[in-house]
Amino acid sequence: MNIKSATLGSLAAMLMASSAIAVDIKLGVLNDRSGIYADLSGEGSVVAARMAIEDFEAATKGINVEVISADHQNKPDVASTIARQWYDEEGVDLIVDVPTSSAALAVNEITREKGKIFLNSGAASTDLTGAQCAPGTGHWTYDTYALANGTGKAMVESGNKNWYFLTADYAFGHSLEENTTKVVEAAGGTVMGSVRHPFPGTDFSSFLLQAQASGADVIGLANAGGDTVNSIKQAAEFGITQAGQALAGLLIFITDVHALGLETAQGLVLTEAFYWDLNDDTRAWSERFSTEMGGSKPTMVHAGVYSAVTHYLKGVEAAGSKETEVVMDWMKSNPSQDPVFGAGELRADGRHIHDMYLFQVKSPAESTGAWDYYKLLATIPAATAFRPLEDGGCALVE
Amino acid sequence: MFELLGIPPQALFGQLLLGLINGSFYALLSLGLAVIFGLLNIINFSHGAQYMMGAFVAWMGLTYLGIPYWGALVIVPLAVGATGVLIERLMISRLYHLDHLYGLFLTFGLALIIQGLFRNSFGVSGLPYSIPPQLSGGQNLGFMFLPNYRAWVVLASLIVCFGTWFAIERTRLGAYLRAATENPTLVGAFGINVPRMITLTYGFGVALAAFAGVLAAPIYSVNPNMGADLIIVVFAVVVIGGMGSILGAILTGFGLGIVEGLTKVFYPEASSVAIFVIMAIVLLFKPAGLFGRTA
Repeated sequence: MNIKSATLGSLAAMLMASSAIAVDIKLGVLNDRSGIYADLSGEGSVVAARMAIEDFEAATKGINVEVISADHQNKPDVASTIARQWYDEEGVDLIVDVPTSSAALAVNEITREKGKIFLNSGAASTDLTGAQCAPGTGHWTYDTYALANGTGKAMVESGNKNWYFLTADYAFGHSLEENTTKVVEAAGGTVMGSVRHPFPGTDFSSFLLQAQASGADVIGLANAGGDTVNSIKQAAEFGITQAGQALAGLLIFITDVHALGLETAQGLVLTEAFYWDLNDDTRAWSERFSTEMGGSKPTMVHAGVYSAVTHYLKGVEAAGSKETEVVMDWMKSNPSQDPVFGAGELRADGRHIHDMYLFQVKSPAESTGAWDYYKLLATIPAATAFRPLEDGGCALVE
Repeated sequence: MFELLGIPPQALFGQLLLGLINGSFYALLSLGLAVIFGLLNIINFSHGAQYMMGAFVAWMGLTYLGIPYWGALVIVPLAVGATGVLIERLMISRLYHLDHLYGLFLTFGLALIIQGLFRNSFGVSGLPYSIPPQLSGGQNLGFMFLPNYRAWVVLASLIVCFGTWFAIERTRLGAYLRAATENPTLVGAFGINVPRMITLTYGFGVALAAFAGVLAAPIYSVNPNMGADLIIVVFAVVVIGGMGSILGAILTGFGLGIVEGLTKVFYPEASSVAIFVIMAIVLLFKPAGLFGRTA
């Protein structure tokens, strides 16, 4: 298969004009394929990467891409081992996705050391484009700043001034809590306290009761995936939301809403980079994705993988090589354009910026069918959605 | 009002009660493990997967067949218990003459396969299962809001745990079972069908896990990993209580739920390791566990 497509590719390359190239690329999708983030990344990200390669018609342009994938189990040590093996022994040129911030930061360091490319879609830590930014790293979909900036600001502006955090006890949770605290305080709110729960957890009732006892207006859930689902479920069970405290899900994916059901999830305000029902382009793309994934709609992480791989392939085509420095230079100096995020830009610090959206979860009565979950409250323009370039402390920004 | 170590009493009572609720699950699950280990000498590592199956079968019953929660509470343990009987007959029974380790490997492998199958069919995000209408809402106890469903969980768990303890330690059937573990040949000579009794015991242990799964379905997300997250803790509970000790499993189950609940107030970050620290200490000073008998 590979030999055949390689032959076809080089044949096509010979027939084409002077820009014809022949590059072999090995792309590794590294994410959670069995744990709590497997539905929001997992196999869907592999499908998204393949769709990007097909849509770009890479093979006919002389770019042969082989896609491999692995399960990092959300563990930084497992992620590092696989990344090293991929770069050193299997000739992998770039790694994409990598949810779980601690694992992403580990892969980021190895990529820097090996001079390769890392296009992250799944993780949230702003450190990837801040203190730990690296020349070969692009951070695509969202980050803790963008989430805090969307949901945090909207909640404070609607009168929920006093916050208490329920935080997942690892890099991501800490980063999200810190970023949201800044946004809340800047908007005139106060943070009354926080409790850190082990990751992943099952029973959150104890932590929720502590949050309730604080008397805060809003409980900020600085966790993700199954942890958020269980927290929201149990907050309803213990009458916390009925008693008047609001919940702010700081990172909620559409798969979480699907798991909660609209009855429990209705009314939640959340920030996402992508929703399948935004416009004709996203609907058409999501429909294709859905057909390959047995009916489930794509998450913003899947969309981010597609967008990142598309922009990367454009870079390889323009540069005529897969050399990290040349490709990254091209990617950072040319705008990105794709059906999922529309127009975007990869900044000097590696942050990919695009519009973000503030959604509210529909009530069961408002929803007209399967996966019809969100109504759009506001579009946050790319220019203000992410942390300003100069505030990150990235050494690549001069 | 007085304060204890900087924690107001309301919060403390609330956390004790929550600990008791979590302890109910630990007790039910470790009880099943203890019954199986005590009578079959098999370390049933697929217990977590069977607990997860309980929750999933309840969900499937509701979604595909319209079986409500109360029906599921009876039917699901029977159905999942029946799969346990099959597993014992077809696989585990071939390993009795070998070391414990082989049973552990077999059941561990089965757990991975079962989890994988469910993951493939249902994904990992989880499925919604509502609290039965009779038990929705809750009571305001003054120091906390106690959901009716959680109160039911504690009650159901206590009844089942002590019912099982009574059946094994205080009835004629239980006496046969205990005798059969001591000397199967002799008991068989009295005309009792020992292999069948052992098969049914395994089925019963599995049914207990499934029962816990049905109880858990409305409050935890029903997902393929729910058992894998819990099983390690439950094993620690069994080890602390003493392998094979029925009463030990029940009491340490509830006790450790409370200890864990308190850790969540005083030092939340350590709540996931508290039980293992206790396990290490108990093993150092009492290797057979708190209620275990040294052979």
